[in-house]
Amino acid sequence: MSRTLDTTAAGAPRARRLRPSAGRQHHAGPLTYVLLGLAALVSLFPLYWNLVAASHTGERVVKAPAPLLPGPRLFDNLSFAWNQVDMGEALVNTTIVAGLVALSTVLFSTLAGFAFAKLPFRGRSALLALVVATMTIPPQLSVIPLYQIITDLGWVDQLQSVVLPSLVAAFGVFFMRQFLIEALPVELVEAARMDGAHSLRIIWHVVFPVARPAMAVLGMLVFVQAWNDFFWPFIALTPDGNPTLQVALAGLGAGNHTVDQAVVLTGALISTLPLLLVFAVLGKHIVGGITAGAVKN
Amino acid sequence: MATSVRATSGDSPPPAAQSPGPSAGSRKRPPSGRSGLRSTLYRLDLKAVPYVFVAPFFLTFAAFGLFPLIYTGWLSLHRVELGGSAQWKGLENYTSLASSEFFWNALANTFTIGVISTVPQLLMALGLAHLLHYKLRGRGFFRVAVLAPYATSIAAATLVFAQLFNTDYGLINTALGWAGFEPVAWESSKWPAQIAISVIVTWRWTGYNALIYLAAMQAVPQDLYEAAALDGASRWRQFLSVTIPSIRPTILFTVIVSTIGATQLFGEPMLFGGSVGISGGSGNQFQTLSLLMYEKGWVTGALGQASAIAWVMLLLLLLIGGLHALVSRSNRIRNRAGRMRTKAGS
Repeated sequence: MSRTLDTTAAGAPRARRLRPSAGRQHHAGPLTYVLLGLAALVSLFPLYWNLVAASHTGERVVKAPAPLLPGPRLFDNLSFAWNQVDMGEALVNTTIVAGLVALSTVLFSTLAGFAFAKLPFRGRSALLALVVATMTIPPQLSVIPLYQIITDLGWVDQLQSVVLPSLVAAFGVFFMRQFLIEALPVELVEAARMDGAHSLRIIWHVVFPVARPAMAVLGMLVFVQAWNDFFWPFIALTPDGNPTLQVALAGLGAGNHTVDQAVVLTGALISTLPLLLVFAVLGKHIVGGITAGAVKN
Repeated sequence: MATSVRATSGDSPPPAAQSPGPSAGSRKRPPSGRSGLRSTLYRLDLKAVPYVFVAPFFLTFAAFGLFPLIYTGWLSLHRVELGGSAQWKGLENYTSLASSEFFWNALANTFTIGVISTVPQLLMALGLAHLLHYKLRGRGFFRVAVLAPYATSIAAATLVFAQLFNTDYGLINTALGWAGFEPVAWESSKWPAQIAISVIVTWRWTGYNALIYLAAMQAVPQDLYEAAALDGASRWRQFLSVTIPSIRPTILFTVIVSTIGATQLFGEPMLFGGSVGISGGSGNQFQTLSLLMYEKGWVTGALGQASAIAWVMLLLLLLIGGLHALVSRSNRIRNRAGRMRTKAGS
């Protein structure tokens, strides 16, 4: 309290903050930029090097010192991965799976999230607690029976065996509930009811328009998650059958088609590039969604 | 929860129901159009629809979560092989786990890799969030850049890092060589391999956690900082005694999520190990519980033992969840006591 204002290191920023017009946050010093630049470099370098490795021959990639600049072989590697390893088919499969999972998760999560946020019903809080509790159950607890079931049904290597278990996620239900609790005034729902709207009409004309931004964010998060999902797809699909990108990559990594590391890393590049493009375009919204979903936890 | 109180007020709407069909027509029709059937349908709509809306989640969970969970428990008490019939064994699968050095090795590896990957990850995420909280030029770029690893899949990230960590030609050993260090055998020796796997996990998740912390930091009321600044607290002091306590619930949340993730670690060690990935390296030096479970179930074909490992994992997670509940409750109590003290002091 009685310390001097001027000499300490904290003095300057403190004086600035006390002015009423001072901004909410401190301006970053040069050290902050250096450290953040380092963090960005560490985050991006492996992705850059993936591109570098995918543009050389396999022999060059495994010769010390490893290359640091792009080489001339990117398109040869891409065409080999596309034609010999069927990364194209895997890309289509992954798009189908991630698209279906995202669509259905968003739809069902919005309905359930709306019910938990705004509709009174018996057992609501107990059921919501159950939804949250299911998030802690790891997939390891279900894969053995599920594998037996899909074997019996002849669904090994069929995409429905990875889509069906992911039709809706507890995380999505909770995410939509948290959003709708604040964003949707209960008066809006009541007014619609007074006008005689039944529940489907309310969903379509009241809930969906209000929930649209959160639905978009949830859709992106679930799409990324489904695109990158590994454990269950690795069990349910096989690299040489009808794989998603991640399963095909696991096959490449185990040396199924080639031990050419340039081709292996070209496969990795094919699986990563679509999502990175999405992130580059929509990054700001995704960042907003992650942070919005998290504070309320 | 204030909202639940507000929501209940919608429980008794006027019975001015219109036809429930999509052809309900003009919303302005007078209430004279109501009939017994319509009001029954209306009440049914009000009563049943919430359950209809939450049903897809619970049906999916029942079919693909709860039933398999219980069935796995049943399997863990039997001797079963893929495609064979089950034979009652009681707790034998569990007792044989307790005397298996592979199980204890996998449990220890899961724990050590979990600690090495989670603790530095969350500490770095806190620091990164603190830096991102400054007023920055290029704020959007930095945020998206640190989140880029999150968009990279386990498989792609691990295949890239396996090359970077290669003992003979990897860039990491090259860089260590420039700094005057001997090359490290990243895959074949135990601790280097566990560190390398932890680096992959840390790389993928640090930025994501930093953004979660950043959001929590932005919600801390500014007057707390101003009061601390008035008391002469340095910026570091403010970080320790204002920021950290204010975002403690978020920190607990990320700790629990990362711990759950670490308990299930599978893809990173498997793909890092290449052809000996499923056994977690030639000497099982980085075999996790998930890998051991997969090996028992799909390589050995001992489904009962694999199921027992899965159930041990569930019990571990329940233990962690219980600890989490205890810690957050003691936090709440401490906060309340703190508030009462402040009140008494003012």
